[in-house]
Amino acid sequence: MSVSVQLNVNGKPVTVDCPANTTLVDLIRERLELTGTHVGCDTSQCGACTVHLNGRAVKACTVLAAQCEGAEVTTIEGLGDTDNLHPMQEAFRECHGLQCGFCTPGMIMSAVDLVHRESSINEQVIREGLEGNICRCTGYHNIVRAVETAAKKMRN
Amino acid sequence: MYDFNYHKPGSVDEAIQLFLAAEDGIYLAGGHTLLPSMKQRLAAPTDLIDLAGIRGLSGVEYAGADLEIGALTSHDEVATSPVVRSVIPALAELASLIGDAQVRNRGTIGGSVANSDPAADYPAGVLGLGAEIVTNKRSIAADNFFTGMFETALEEGELVTKIRFPKPDAAAYVKFPNPASRYATVGVFIARTVSGIRVAITGAAPSAFRCADMEEALTSNFSVEALEGISLDAGEMNSDLHATAEYRAHLCIVMAKRAVRKLL
Repeated sequence: MSVSVQLNVNGKPVTVDCPANTTLVDLIRERLELTGTHVGCDTSQCGACTVHLNGRAVKACTVLAAQCEGAEVTTIEGLGDTDNLHPMQEAFRECHGLQCGFCTPGMIMSAVDLVHRESSINEQVIREGLEGNICRCTGYHNIVRAVETAAKKMRN
Repeated sequence: MYDFNYHKPGSVDEAIQLFLAAEDGIYLAGGHTLLPSMKQRLAAPTDLIDLAGIRGLSGVEYAGADLEIGALTSHDEVATSPVVRSVIPALAELASLIGDAQVRNRGTIGGSVANSDPAADYPAGVLGLGAEIVTNKRSIAADNFFTGMFETALEEGELVTKIRFPKPDAAAYVKFPNPASRYATVGVFIARTVSGIRVAITGAAPSAFRCADMEEALTSNFSVEALEGISLDAGEMNSDLHATAEYRAHLCIVMAKRAVRKLL
């Protein structure tokens, strides 16, 4: 079955006709060619595919494109760009919060949602808040520092 | 995942009609069990009936008697709801321990309860609190709802619309999470209610169950020591690569003691 989905991605209206079994992450990567969002496990565990759906972090591999009718989606490309990094992107760079970078877009999208919804940010809140994002390189210390750093900038 | 027909009805009646007309239909709530199952081809329904377009299935209501939570209310909404945190804090805490932040933003209480996953958290809370599962046609007591592994008292096409929780005097939930998935290897929910002490256990057996031995012991003496000497039959426990049946039987006692300690 084919479905027609109208949604808003990074502030731009988009209409896509796709098979009903298309996931949101496939729509983003394959149809819209926004390849900053990654697919790690495709089993809703690793969090590399995390995007914001109506402002909240979700695993885009476990959402159907059809479920996003009328939704606002923000991907890593919508957060900032090379010349104008979001404070979270800047902090990951400053604090060396990545090595291979594969998990980074998902980490950043989760971390931004975390800072938006938690009234106080500390190491424990960050570590628990990022439980849905797996990094196999860094051991998380610099990721935690990056989120702490960004949270201060985002609140100023 | 295989292809399917996608429907987005605007009412409960329409959803049920679509279900009954489908060859092999299934309701879609948050999709955080269904979609992974379809990817693994453990499920291959012909029709997905997305409930997200139906108004009135989401939200928390408390008018001073029972706490009512709509079936499509996400785990995060329950975990962060000031009403739930004030009326039944243990239920909000249970919801905050499910999966991870992204999963909690999508997964729903109705989906979790209707799925009756042996390792899901909500069945322990629903059973421990003596809740009622309200459907499109009746209300089912939690004691009669969870009938087996992924099996419930729901009939073909019957749709959970909300869960009604009586307010307990006090309640606590403690679980031993699987370190990777955070599903409950064993989770124990203990509630002191007007009708007595209720102890419900998830993760250990094919579906959530009440432990009569613990309830009796805690009724006569609500203390950690009262649980000494109680043992659960490992023959009735699940066994898998995460935990043997004997280990799960042991964990039931350990988690129950921790839950009692939280209530003292």
